[in-house]
Amino acid sequence: MSTVILLTLTGLGLAALYFLVASGLSLVFGLADVLNFAHGLFLGVGAYGTWWAAGNLPGAGPDGFGFVFAVAFGVAAGTLVAILVELVLIRPLYSRTIEQVLVTVGLSLAGVALLQATWGADARPFPRPDWTRQVTGILGAQVPNGGLLLIVAAVLVLGAILAFLRWTRYGLVIRAGVENREMVTALGIDVRKAFTLVFAIGGAAAALAGALGGVYFGTVSPGQGGSLLIFAFIVVVIGGMGSVVGSAYAAVVVGLVQQFVNYYGTSGLGDICVVGLLAVVLLLRPQGIAGKVATA
Amino acid sequence: MTVIDAPPAQVPDELTPQRGRWHRVRPFLPLVALVVMAILPYSTISLPGIFEGPVNSPGTLQLLAICLIFGGLAAGYDLLFGRTGMLSFGHALYFAAGVYGTDILVTRAGLPLWQAALLTITGGTILAALLGAVALRTVGIAFAMVTLAFAQVGAILVARDFGGLTGGEEGLPLDVSGLPAGLVGVTNTVNLYWLALAYLTLVVFVVHRVSGSPTGRVLAGLRDDERRIGVLGLDPYRYKLVAFTLAGGLASAGGVVYVLIVGGASPHITSSELTLSLLVMVVLGGPGTRWGPVLGGVLYMYLDHRLTAFGTSDAVDNLPAVLSHPLSQPLFVLGTVFILAVYFFPGGMTSLAPRLTALTRSLRPSPRR
Repeated sequence: MSTVILLTLTGLGLAALYFLVASGLSLVFGLADVLNFAHGLFLGVGAYGTWWAAGNLPGAGPDGFGFVFAVAFGVAAGTLVAILVELVLIRPLYSRTIEQVLVTVGLSLAGVALLQATWGADARPFPRPDWTRQVTGILGAQVPNGGLLLIVAAVLVLGAILAFLRWTRYGLVIRAGVENREMVTALGIDVRKAFTLVFAIGGAAAALAGALGGVYFGTVSPGQGGSLLIFAFIVVVIGGMGSVVGSAYAAVVVGLVQQFVNYYGTSGLGDICVVGLLAVVLLLRPQGIAGKVATA
Repeated sequence: MTVIDAPPAQVPDELTPQRGRWHRVRPFLPLVALVVMAILPYSTISLPGIFEGPVNSPGTLQLLAICLIFGGLAAGYDLLFGRTGMLSFGHALYFAAGVYGTDILVTRAGLPLWQAALLTITGGTILAALLGAVALRTVGIAFAMVTLAFAQVGAILVARDFGGLTGGEEGLPLDVSGLPAGLVGVTNTVNLYWLALAYLTLVVFVVHRVSGSPTGRVLAGLRDDERRIGVLGLDPYRYKLVAFTLAGGLASAGGVVYVLIVGGASPHITSSELTLSLLVMVVLGGPGTRWGPVLGGVLYMYLDHRLTAFGTSDAVDNLPAVLSHPLSQPLFVLGTVFILAVYFFPGGMTSLAPRLTALTRSLRPSPRR
């Protein structure tokens, strides 16, 4: 029983990580039709920003309030990079989907190489508060605190994004834009401001995922974003493009399937099951769990 | 009446191709290039700065052979991206299937090379047909994501080393004892070079024939306006599946040659980065053109190998750290060039020549005016 609880909670921790990456991807894709390969870069910037701040920034450190400050710095760095990428690189290419994908591909290659050039290719130990290394006993299972922290953060982010989408004017514009962008433009609303906004939100969530993922894994390396990104893509497709709630459901399903099958089957089988799940969803319900048709 | 007799529309001057001095020789240029490439190993010229040793040293020939393989791979990938407009992010899978399939059949099963190669290429083609049949149910960006996910399964299978077949992270060195003697050893690198050249020629020939055929015109139509092809009564799904399968088969054939040249398989060829670099090669060279992807592939691989040496050279080391560290990363340089290419010369390298002639002509005073 305690194994099942442990697997469920660590699976949810993984799901939280996927959700943090996928929510931004999904919003960006739903609103602006940009498949953002550079999203892994935002994650990397967040992770390295936190790592750098904890070591170098006055007032920030690996523990207590200093750590919160370091994470805030990482998230701010990720958000800033995301906004810059949108304004400088993506904006001139709107409505040219293939070129946008190409630019983000080039950016992901060059950006990861830049991180590698600056801080080396090897994984670095991540500064983390002592309590995240310990475990909490929940119903007899010893759950690592880093995973619980991820779950709490993902739930908070989900709540914040949903509240923002539901109760603010810009949230309304974004929701309407995901439904029908031409109509929103026709009503005289500058939807490009909303593009920058979703890039900023996505960049912040991805940077948070980078920082907390660093806590969870204990290390930070330039390639970390890339491997997470593929599963985040799968989560986005299964959940339905443009739907944050769909991404949340899909992340939970993917995280749990991966964790349970990897434990009870061979290691690595869970990852393959997830792709099988993707194929089944595409064949039976191409628009995902909740979202507009992915084939549009 | 007059409608029937209407004269054909006048073709504007700038659209008719210019007849240069070389227009009689032009059709034979590829043949000349092929002959030059084929007799290259007989020359002992050394090009300092471009290659480390003389042209016919084994190291240089191996580098050239790898470049040629990737030229062929990029040309095959262009059949999908440039000619049919399909953005596949899983092309590395079929290449890796060729590499690992040959390696496993030769090293683990002890088959002779020709049987292993035949089985691998057949298997790779069938794999492409099966996965393409599923993935092509989606279009556009969703197709890109699905092919990416399929390729990821290949990467996981190789990395996790199920059944001890692939050697996991360390890769699988090719067992050369059962291979023909002419393909083994440093002194025989030249034969592998010719094999790579033959592969490149084959791919260029196949892609050229396919794109010139009626099927190729349908593929170009799919790229430009898929709905219209459907309205004409043709089934886009079938044509796309044909292109996908053919490109997959060509990629696995490339894998067979590659494993012979490199002498083993390593897991990094299964990564999505390989597909991304294929995309970079095609876009840098010029998508949808005959020679652009080949040039792009050859140049990319050459730069990828040589920039590492360039990055550790004194000229770069003496620069301040802000510049020297990024410049020592080939992917940083190539990624930046790629982004600039997407913005400033979307047609790739092959579009540069016409643009330059247009530029020089506009600068020169025209006699017609």
